[in-house]
Amino acid sequence: MRYGTLGSACAALIRRDLLLTWRRRGDALNPALFALMVVALFPLALGPEPNQLMQIAAGIVFVAILLASLLALDALFRSDYEDGTLEQIVLSPHPLPVLLACRIGAHWLTTAVPLILVAPLLAEMLHLPSTVMPVLMLALAIATPLLSLLGAVCVALTVGMRRSGMLLALLVLPLYVPVLIFAAGACNAAQAGLPFLAPLLLLGAGLALALVLVPLACAAALRISIS
Amino acid sequence: MDDFLAMGGYATYVWSSYAIFVVGLLIDYLAPRWRNRRIISELHGRFARQKKKTETAT
Amino acid sequence: MNTLSLWFHKFGSPPTFYRLSRLLCPWLFAAACLIGAVGLYAGLVLAPADYQQSDAYRIIFIHVPCAWMSLFAYIFMAANAFIAVVWRIKISEILAMTSAPVGAMFTAVTLLTGAIWGKPMWGTWWTWDARLTSELVLLFLYLGVIGLYSAIEDRRQAARAASFLGLIGIVNVPIVHFSVNWWNTLHQGSTVRLLGPSRIDASMLWPLLLMALATHIWFFASVLARSRTSVLEQESGKEWVREIVQAQGVRHG
Repeated sequence: MRYGTLGSACAALIRRDLLLTWRRRGDALNPALFALMVVALFPLALGPEPNQLMQIAAGIVFVAILLASLLALDALFRSDYEDGTLEQIVLSPHPLPVLLACRIGAHWLTTAVPLILVAPLLAEMLHLPSTVMPVLMLALAIATPLLSLLGAVCVALTVGMRRSGMLLALLVLPLYVPVLIFAAGACNAAQAGLPFLAPLLLLGAGLALALVLVPLACAAALRISIS
Repeated sequence: MDDFLAMGGYATYVWSSYAIFVVGLLIDYLAPRWRNRRIISELHGRFARQKKKTETAT
Repeated sequence: MNTLSLWFHKFGSPPTFYRLSRLLCPWLFAAACLIGAVGLYAGLVLAPADYQQSDAYRIIFIHVPCAWMSLFAYIFMAANAFIAVVWRIKISEILAMTSAPVGAMFTAVTLLTGAIWGKPMWGTWWTWDARLTSELVLLFLYLGVIGLYSAIEDRRQAARAASFLGLIGIVNVPIVHFSVNWWNTLHQGSTVRLLGPSRIDASMLWPLLLMALATHIWFFASVLARSRTSVLEQESGKEWVREIVQAQGVRHG
């Protein structure tokens, strides 16, 4: 029996994921809608004072996006696990970390990119100064892949469980703490007129490390929980 | 003695934290003991049932 | 090396482990209580009051040993988790999983006593300092390990998955500590200096070290007691378990 090349396997995987998302495009917007709702609640709770909202705007946007991506994480391997695709991926002759990296990349494209696109709207709702906006977008562009990658390891560990919602949040949140601190910290520093490059560079270093290590860890975790 | 219990005016803080410490250790001591007892009695019942089963079978 | 691996295999075999831990447990608990009692007496009665904090500093004799234990338990857990994930040794899986609840207990006691100590000293129950935040994250990691272990049906698979999580956590804790430190300097730092007595007088040091020794012994006693039960549960199909259970059943009446 002949197998396709690794490249064709990855391409097929990504195409399939994008196609599945496209067929259910309403669901793909759910995380963005969720983030929008979370952000809309804050002015209602804190009062409509623009100055007050402006000060905490970046933090709220990041927390909302973090929660939304946490909500979307659960779906990363769920349907694949239920219909047996995941076992086929694990059993395939291609290196599992590479295939998982594609899977995570596709997940990032379908859940995190809508969140990044809706972020300017969220920021505007909270009167974030327009000078901070580029920093916010840059921080989001680095932080959301990190969130997807770190979350994927925890999802891989809980994949066989029927109800993993609360447990998944418990596993993921400690890993999200540094990402949140640096990403929101960069925006806050920019807003205060301080240099904001250092936290972004640290985030970038974290992303580079995670890009290499997380697929390996994810594969190991998946092998443990599917054995 | 009263002086000792008063802890220089910080009695509530000092004694409440010591109480938390002792309660924590107490729970830590008792929890595995209770679990051990439960599992032993469970296994005891299971082995007795197995014994009965093999006796009736032969 | 040969004798070491021989010893390891012998100690790692469940029946030997069970007997040995049953033999050791009462002695360890007794030793921990005895040393702890001496330490507490020395700390509460013999040690002089601090010139700045008066008697409130006496919380140190439980707070600091518990804080050390919260880290030590995690390192012990991670070491066993590593062995469990790489070599799949059953006893290591059990030891890693049973040290998690004990470590969580010590972490919770550390956080609570720290808050109680903070109130009279800094006037607040909690500050978002690097030390406190990473201790809180440590508690979440412990709870995550315990939660994952109890959520998976198959015990050995659960132990391996939770061990893996523990290993991820050991990378995470220093990163959290570092990031909160950085974040705090951005926020002008907190004005309260945490954990003031860096240079501690000998009359206060030796009760502290005694308490640390007592909590270490307590940790091992508790882990052995918990592991014993887990071994019994996981090996319930084996003949030696049947013998032990029947002997105990007769004694219980």
